[in-house]
Formats: sequence, C-alpha cells, structure tokens
Amino acid sequence: MSQALDELPLQQAARVTRLQLDGQPPEWARQLADIGFTPGESVQVLRRAPFGGDPLVVRVGDSRFALRRAEARCVRVQAA
Amino acid sequence: MQTAPIHVHPPGALLALLGNPNCGKTALFNRLTGSRQKVANYAGVTVERKEGRLQTPQGRSLRLLDLPGAYSLAPRSPDERITRDVLAGTAIGEKRPDLIVAVVDASRLRRQLRLVLAAQRLGLPMLVVLNMADRAEQLGRAVDPQRLAERLGVPVLGTVATSGRGVQALQAALDDPRTWAHPPAAASACADDPAADARRVHELLVELGIDDSAGAEAGDRLDHWVLHPVIGPLLLAALLFLMFQAVFAWAEAPMGWIEAGTAWVGEWLGAQLGEQASKGWLRSLLVDGVVAGVGGVLVFLPQILILFAFILVLEDSGYLPRAAYLLDRLMGGLGLSGRSFIPLLSSYACAIPGILATRSITNPRDRWVTMALTPLMTCSARLPVYALLIAAFVPQRELAGFSLQGLVMFALYAVGLLGAMAVAWLLKHLSGAGAVRTLMMELPAWNWPHAPNVLLGLWQRTLIFLRRVGGIILLLTIAIWLLSSFPAPPQGASGPAIQYSLAGQLGRLLEPLFAPIGFNWQICVALVPGLAAREVAVSALATVYALSGGDAAADQLGGLIAGQWSLATAMALLAWYVFAPQCISTLATLRRESGGWRLPLGLAGAYFALAYAAAWLTYRLTLALLG
Repeated sequence: MSQALDELPLQQAARVTRLQLDGQPPEWARQLADIGFTPGESVQVLRRAPFGGDPLVVRVGDSRFALRRAEARCVRVQAA
Repeated sequence: MQTAPIHVHPPGALLALLGNPNCGKTALFNRLTGSRQKVANYAGVTVERKEGRLQTPQGRSLRLLDLPGAYSLAPRSPDERITRDVLAGTAIGEKRPDLIVAVVDASRLRRQLRLVLAAQRLGLPMLVVLNMADRAEQLGRAVDPQRLAERLGVPVLGTVATSGRGVQALQAALDDPRTWAHPPAAASACADDPAADARRVHELLVELGIDDSAGAEAGDRLDHWVLHPVIGPLLLAALLFLMFQAVFAWAEAPMGWIEAGTAWVGEWLGAQLGEQASKGWLRSLLVDGVVAGVGGVLVFLPQILILFAFILVLEDSGYLPRAAYLLDRLMGGLGLSGRSFIPLLSSYACAIPGILATRSITNPRDRWVTMALTPLMTCSARLPVYALLIAAFVPQRELAGFSLQGLVMFALYAVGLLGAMAVAWLLKHLSGAGAVRTLMMELPAWNWPHAPNVLLGLWQRTLIFLRRVGGIILLLTIAIWLLSSFPAPPQGASGPAIQYSLAGQLGRLLEPLFAPIGFNWQICVALVPGLAAREVAVSALATVYALSGGDAAADQLGGLIAGQWSLATAMALLAWYVFAPQCISTLATLRRESGGWRLPLGLAGAYFALAYAAAWLTYRLTLALLG
C-alpha cells in the first residue's frame, strides 16, 4: 500500500514508488529527484519536529535531508 | 576585485571542480592549491568565486576553479546556475574549462554518480575523484577506482582530501595526456534524463557489488540527541551562550591591546608632526581622523575573528544545517527559513559579516528580508554607547539577585531582537505571504573540523571584512573629520571648536527635530559622526563637552552627563540606539549585496522613523512615570 512520506511512521524502512506533486511547484519534482528521491530508493523518517511534524529529517539512500512536510508529501512510498 | 570579469584569461589550462555540496570538494581545492587562492565574485552576481593555481609534478602550472556545489546541472539557485553556465561555457567572463574534475563522496555514490553521468554528456575531458575513500572503507563499501574507471570510460582516482591521501597521484594524473583526451562525441548525444541516470547508477553499483543502501550510520546516534525535540534546542542554546561569552569575554584583552596600539600610534604621529604649528590641520587629520577611524574598526577584529572561528568550526563539523533545522519552525513563523539564522547570529558582532553571510540563502525574498533585519541585531559597536549611558544613569544596585545595570543591558538586547521579530512578522504579511519556500536541506555526515580548512577560511573572511570596511571607513572618517573641523572657530571663540564647525551647525539645525524626544544640541552634534560608526558618538560627545580624549574623558563624561541630562533623555537615547542610526558601512554593504540603493535607503528611512518613535515613547513614558 502506497502512502505519503510525511505519514510514514518514524524509523519505518520504505522505498520510494513515485513523486506526486498535487499542486506544489512543478520544479519540486526535478529537485526531489536530484537529491535522491527516485523510484526504488530506500527512505526512512528519522525525526519529526514537535507540534505538527514540520520540518522532518529523512534518510534517502545514504544521505539525510531536512524536508518540509509539504515537500515530503510529494514523495509516495511503500513500506518495506 | 569583486565583480570585474576576467576577459583576458591568465595562461594555463583551466580545471573546474564539480561536485555535490558536502562532498569534500573545497577541502580538496585547499589541498591542491594551498594558499594560492583568489576569492572574488562571479560577474554580476554575489556568488563566491574561488580560483587557485596548482603545479603538477612535471612543473605545469594549472588554474583550478572551485565551482559552487550542485546536486544536478538543472539549477535551483544562483549558485547552481553559475556551475551550469561555467561548464556550458556561457558564463559571462568565464572561460569554458579544459577539464572537469568531478568530486564524489565515495560513501554516497548513489546520488553523486548521477551528477558525474550528467557532466559526461557535456563532452569535456573529465577525471573522477572518489573522495572520502576512508569513510567508504569504514562503511565496508570500498570502491575499486580501476573498475569504476573501466565502466565510466574516464580516469578515476581515490583520495582523502583532509589527510592528503591520493592527492599526489591526482596531481601526477594531470600530467598524463590521456586525462585530457576528449570523450567520443557519441557519449554526449543522449538527453538529460534523471530516471535513466538513476537506472544506470543502479546497474553500475550492482556491478561493483555495493548497491546495498547504508541504513544506519554512526552519526545517527549523535543526531538522535542533536535533533531531539527537547535536548536539541537546549544544546543549541548552550552553544550560543558559549559563543556569546567567547565573543565578549575572550575578545576583551586583544581589544584592549588594539586600543592601546592605536593610541600609541596616534601619539607617536602627533609627536612627529607636533613641532610645526602650520601642520596642525595635518596632525589633526592623521591622528583624529585616519588613525582613530581605522583603529575604531580594527578594534572589532578580535570579536569578529572569534565569531567566525565558531561559525567555521560549526560549519566544518556539519552542525549548522542541523541548527537551521531546529530553528526552522521558529523562523517559519516569522516568514523566514532556518537558513537566516547564521547571518542574524553574525550580526551580533557586526552587521557587515552578517549581510555577507546572507549569500547562502537561496530564496531571494528571504535573503533581502534577512538583510533588512541584520541592523536590528545589537552589534558590538552599540556597546560603548550603552555602557556609557547605563553607567551614568542606572544605579548600581541589585534587583532580585541580578545587577540592575546588567538587566538594563539585557533588556536592550531583547528589545532589539523583539523589534527584529516584529519587523519580520510585518514583512511576512506585506510580502510573500503564503509563498512556498523550499527547504530540502542536506544534513551532511558529521566531521571532525579540519584545522587547516578552518584557519584558511578564517584568513579569507578576515581579508574580505578588512577590505570591505577599511576603504569606506577610511573615506568616511576623513569626511566626518572635515565636517567637524571646518570652518575653524572664529577669533576669541569660547566654546569647543566643533560647535562652530559644519557638524556643529548641523547639530544646531537638527535640534528642533530632536527636541521632542529630549535630545539637546550636544547629542545632535554627536549623532552626526555616529553615522560613520556608532561608537564614535561617545568620543564625539566627549569632544562636544570639550574634554580631552582617552579613557579618562569617557569616565568624566559619564559624571558630566549624569549631572546635565535628565533620565528621560538618557533612556530616549538608549532607545534611539537600539534601532538607529545605521552606520554608513552597513548601508554601503547593503547597497553592494542587494545591488542597488533601494534597500539601504528604504531601511535607513524606516529604521530612522522606528528609532524616533521608540525614543519619543521612551522619553514621554519616563517623564510621565517620574513626573
């Protein structure tokens, strides 16, 4: 079952299935892909900021990125 | 220096270092070029341009350009646009490189190799450097450069830039003519497709047997605490506290030496010129104008060095983006992102390095808002003014266990910060409300700060600061000296000379404007040179009250104004200095960095009004409370 990255439970290993922008700036697709969010890549949510979980810290492949919730919502993932 | 495009290209082939941010590219650049570096800007933009020279073992002299870090050749910021333009040969005043040196973090190949593939399509000769080879080995994912070279069809070398491992082999490879061979034209034919590149990288890594993703790393344990919702902010607060302590406590002694040195040079110069009365104006210009003015800037150097050292160490270790993450929510409420934090922090020492630090903010709107806030951070030049007035007017007693004077000082800092927050909040609602700001900020692997990198960075930033400030301060101090020295007092004049000068006349002219906020004409006169640098207002006050220079004058001045000014006037002047005036070097730096007069003039006007309002309110409130 596919879900948005921002709703993935903490530490849950998952893989990227696709990017889905839903009205966000179109350049985000390229930017998210450039920093490693490509189909099949392993991802994990490491931290969520208190009160609303924005921003959050995500491991993508071998790197760690801080993302806004809106950015993370564009990444569809499949729990592994 | 800054923006002059170099159209006549110096001799020697040009190498360009290309790589993702945080791949150790700059450490490698430092290792290859040593101190033979030139730091400037790219033509027309405030993107830092670093070029150096290196010598190959066979004695060839090559130019090396450290391109801004980029995740891909599709630019998302002015920095990345420069990288793409230079590589494409379309950047203004830049020669197209003869060789791309693509630097990749060997422990993070999956993402970084995609940039290598994209760069290969540019059709330029290329050399791939597997940097941080030691970390890849520790993670059990060592890469065989030879095998990767066969797959990619370009030379590949392994290095550890921080320790120097593999750097000699890299220099030797630059003497090998095969390194400079152009790739076959077919390679550059394919279109730019991230998904295809991702598949190709996947295949490559499978062939090399390192496709398994890393998962947890040692640094994650540290991140567990540093990014913790409760511990993280506490740790950040403790770090900031230590930093402030260091900036103000450690710098005290060297600042004393610089002041003593300036005074000594002034006296020595005065003695050299003192014999001839006809040279009186020259002595005054050199001693009171040039030496005092330049000394007044140099005195802040220790604070700025300590602040920069802290920031560089935090930057090198990988902490800064984590601090930006922790503060993102807070700054988001003010319409900014965590990236604005460092410039604002730097501004507590001086607004000028703060304004320069806004270059790392990619969003143009966030950048100008951050620049607009820097003057509201209580810079150390306000301290002498605060110290004088607090010592003169605030009684030395305890309030709830704290020194009352200390509390007033703290309140002044707090009011400045609250003012900045209010302005940011206002600007959020006036501009860019609801605008989406991208964060997508990498939290790089933790690193022990590398001393040579930190020292080199410190040296370069100090040079930039001195160059920026030195020129303009020198010019302005001479201008202010002229204003306060001419015309000379008439025969038989009884008052201090400054009273009859242009500055004095200006002060008289301004008096009606400032009378409603309790300023007398002496304060008005002191405000004029205070425009050059805030702390000059103190010595100007001393001059107006016809006291001799030096520390003794400042002490006497405290007693004198305590007797002559009302408490309300003193409080109003404190409130005035929280918000204004912007010193002229800050305005000049704002003009240069924002690319026009609109921002500096708008800010000067707005903060002047704000300062006037704050001083008026303080004056009236104090009068009303004390009857």
